[in-house]
Amino acid sequence: MSFISYLINGISLGSVYAIIALGYTMVYGIAKMLNFAHGDVIMVGGYIIFTFMSTLGLSPILSVLIGIILCTLLGLTIEHIAYKPLRKAPSLAVLITAIGVSYFLQNMALLIAGAESKSFSSVISVPPLSLAEGRLTISGETLVTIPLCIIIMVSLTIFVRKSKTGRGMIAVSEDKDAAVLMGINVNKTIAITFAIGSALAAIASALMFSTYSNLSSTSGAMPGIKAFVAAVFGGIGSVPGAMIGGILLGIIEIISRAYISTQLGDAIVFLVLIIVLLVKPTGILGKKIQEKV
Amino acid sequence: MLEVKDLQVYYGVIQAIKNVSFNVEEGEIIALIGANGAGKTTILQTISGLIPAKNGEVIYEGVNLQKIPSHKIVAMGLAHVPEGRRVFSQLSVYENLLMGAYTRNDKNEVEDSLHHVFKSFPRLEERKKQMAGTLSGGEQQMLAMGRALMSKPKIVLLDEPSMGLSPILVEEVFDIIQSINKAGTTVLLVEQNAKKALSIADRAYVLETGNIVLEGDAKELMNNESVKKAYLGE
Repeated sequence: MSFISYLINGISLGSVYAIIALGYTMVYGIAKMLNFAHGDVIMVGGYIIFTFMSTLGLSPILSVLIGIILCTLLGLTIEHIAYKPLRKAPSLAVLITAIGVSYFLQNMALLIAGAESKSFSSVISVPPLSLAEGRLTISGETLVTIPLCIIIMVSLTIFVRKSKTGRGMIAVSEDKDAAVLMGINVNKTIAITFAIGSALAAIASALMFSTYSNLSSTSGAMPGIKAFVAAVFGGIGSVPGAMIGGILLGIIEIISRAYISTQLGDAIVFLVLIIVLLVKPTGILGKKIQEKV
Repeated sequence: MLEVKDLQVYYGVIQAIKNVSFNVEEGEIIALIGANGAGKTTILQTISGLIPAKNGEVIYEGVNLQKIPSHKIVAMGLAHVPEGRRVFSQLSVYENLLMGAYTRNDKNEVEDSLHHVFKSFPRLEERKKQMAGTLSGGEQQMLAMGRALMSKPKIVLLDEPSMGLSPILVEEVFDIIQSINKAGTTVLLVEQNAKKALSIADRAYVLETGNIVLEGDAKELMNNESVKKAYLGE
């Protein structure tokens, strides 16, 4: 029974990774850049929700909505100020800028909120579910996280495949010049992608900090990196890949913490990344990257 | 309709287009011929705003295209079929065609254009639901042209439509170009296959390493000794 409980917790944690990984993978697919500040947007989202809910006393749902809106604006601002001017710059310059944005956000949070970590109270008030005569308990957070992750994935897939904007995103991700010739505004498409990724980061933030309540200026970094691993694991650039990669990674992490070593949980996650990169560098659902001459 | 004046284009420090001027009148088929690396593709890419010009102007229907964001040009009636087709391989044939009509909002009109394209390219209708990446080279060329027509252009720029196609398909593609033109669309055609291009063009320009070295009536150029020697293999 404990294995099933670990499995459910793994899927739940993995769902959060999957939602974060979507931000990485969509931005990578469309702008061909790794936004290493993505994890820190989660941290900022955590502080925003914490401030409105715990400090100002707003309702959890309203606080999360404000968090989503402000994180979306933050993502758009970062893209506009830091990345847009580098559209034609070498990818190394963009990568270093992303790391710079990441440190900037962490230090701003440190400056504003202080070094002492905050205890985030759960935004979810769903009662836990007790199964098998009390031997298996599923937390309210898990009961919300997993279905929400599925809803996000399904609606995002429908949006990308069926809407005009979504198809424009596919076109831009495949061939920017050809997309321009169709009349697609590439800058706008990239901005929309950042907006979606950042909004999802805020949702992930609410779900993650509700389960793991410790909130500090660096608490976005580790989940950010793990979600990046998940995105690579599933095949970077692929939306269903982010889902599969995220959930598998969550399961691997929780199971290895439970059965192998609590301390080595993170190390095992990164070991998975190394193995994936050695065996199938494009990830589970990744496509072969064609270098254009 | 389209006038290119004293165009100069650089790739870094390398000057790809030295000084090129030419014009396209409404209803014409204009061919731009020349060897590999002469700058044909660069000129088309500069017209549709993918590459900035260092000097010179591209005037389309009285508007200087250099001042227009590149994604807004197609809505003005100028469509560009790029070299190597560049269809969206992860989208179906139908979705690719819809992308061609990205800037158009009237659903009935788009549906109309779709019927029109399917009439000119029956193969595309048969393969409507197939992913574009799985089409043959000839079918991809048809799709790229059909996609451009979905924007209901007044002028189309065609970059090497015959590249990599079998002789029968080349014939077919050139027949289609002529029928597109007869239906009222102006054509600016870039080709290495000079013989085919000159046979359907009204006028032509011969490009050599970034300069126009010859221009005139297509039939006359076909009989020009130096053109014959350099481009027609006679």
